[in-house]
Amino acid sequence: MSGDFERVSVVQLGRHYGRRRALTDLSFTARAGDIVGLLGPNGAGKSTLLAILATLLVASAGRVEYGDATMSEGGADLRARIGMLGHDLFLYPELTARENLAFFGRLYGLPDVDTRVAGALERAGLTARGDEAVSSYSRGMRQRVALERALLHEPRLLLLDEPFTGLDQASAAALVTRLRQEQARGVITLLATHDLDVVDGLLTEVVFLRGGRRAHAADAGGALRDRYREAMQSA
Amino acid sequence: MRAFFRVAAFVVRKDLTVEVRSFEVLSTTLFFAVTVVLIFAFGFVQEGVPVDGVAAAILWIALAFSGTLALGRTFERERQADTLRALMLAPADRPALYVGKLAGILMLMALVEAVLVPMVGLMFQAPIFVAPGWLAGLLAAGTLGFAAVGTLFAAMLVRARSRDVLLPVLLYPMTVPVMIAGVRGTAALFQAEPDLGLAQFWLALLVFFDAVFVTLALWTFEPLMTD
Repeated sequence: MSGDFERVSVVQLGRHYGRRRALTDLSFTARAGDIVGLLGPNGAGKSTLLAILATLLVASAGRVEYGDATMSEGGADLRARIGMLGHDLFLYPELTARENLAFFGRLYGLPDVDTRVAGALERAGLTARGDEAVSSYSRGMRQRVALERALLHEPRLLLLDEPFTGLDQASAAALVTRLRQEQARGVITLLATHDLDVVDGLLTEVVFLRGGRRAHAADAGGALRDRYREAMQSA
Repeated sequence: MRAFFRVAAFVVRKDLTVEVRSFEVLSTTLFFAVTVVLIFAFGFVQEGVPVDGVAAAILWIALAFSGTLALGRTFERERQADTLRALMLAPADRPALYVGKLAGILMLMALVEAVLVPMVGLMFQAPIFVAPGWLAGLLAAGTLGFAAVGTLFAAMLVRARSRDVLLPVLLYPMTVPVMIAGVRGTAALFQAEPDLGLAQFWLALLVFFDAVFVTLALWTFEPLMTD
């Protein structure tokens, strides 16, 4: 397979750690251009779901379909189409932003790594400071580099775990703008967050999670915060 | 195959760059190894004369302890920003990532050995220059066996809460054969009359352990890291 896909389907997915169930019977589908919010309290199973979608964790039950392929069928080709930004930023603080991006670019086997890195630094607004160690950056600057690292190989599926944590208003707005650009490119974005006000209006679909199960809000309209509250109470 | 070793080389180069910038793992490992040898010297050297036949064991104990520290610190670095997951997410052969991390650990331990061996030779009057080729072979094979298992366990435990306790608890029993072969082979070289035949036997055994451990580690790395 080429690794590319236009749809990601989560089918009756389950994952347990010993006797503790992190995810139970979860199903939904996201298509090209969708920005899906995974919303729920701590321990709801959001990070577990993202890890399974990233092929970093094996599901205990059910499956994830990336187009027509599953995780075991996709292998490295599939991973080449997935980008992930974790709660931790996946960056080496001792290395410069340029070195971090170049390292991951080479690891992904990308052509013209130096050109891509230069473009990524420009998009992150860090061309002038690209040769400084990441440890000297502010949280917002690190987050921008981390996002560009996740997008360096132009993934089809973008997985973001709490991307707005610690960002000021301007940085959060810049991140929203960047996600909209990727949406226009046909990227499928799955986004776990607690920052409901920031993502209200950005998300094309919402999956509420509580205790590893999908919860639903009866009212499909209205403010995201109200729907979240309703879904959590109904679960 | 070229892509496999290219990925491993990227990981090694990245680890070396990070280490050159921070100098953290090498300095702490070296300091710890030297301290271990010094403590043994206080106990086993009386009026400038060491107790017979302890040099080989002390050398390997210092290597095992400092190697464990190096493994822990190296993977702690990958844990802090969760970069091990980023490596696992790359569309590269996952065993190549293991080989890259293993090669970095081996280089680090080789540097520690370059200091430890002369130090043990000096403090315990061990004849390290009688059969330097055999000694280097035993150290290389023993270090590979130890680091092959250690790298796998350290990577596997990177997200475990009690990883600092679990790493030695898992690693030492598994590497007992390596330690026994290393100590006995080195002791055969440190005797008044070096027994090269015996050293060769223990070296052959170490090479066998290396083949088993490296094969098992390459085979199990991906499933262990994703389940």
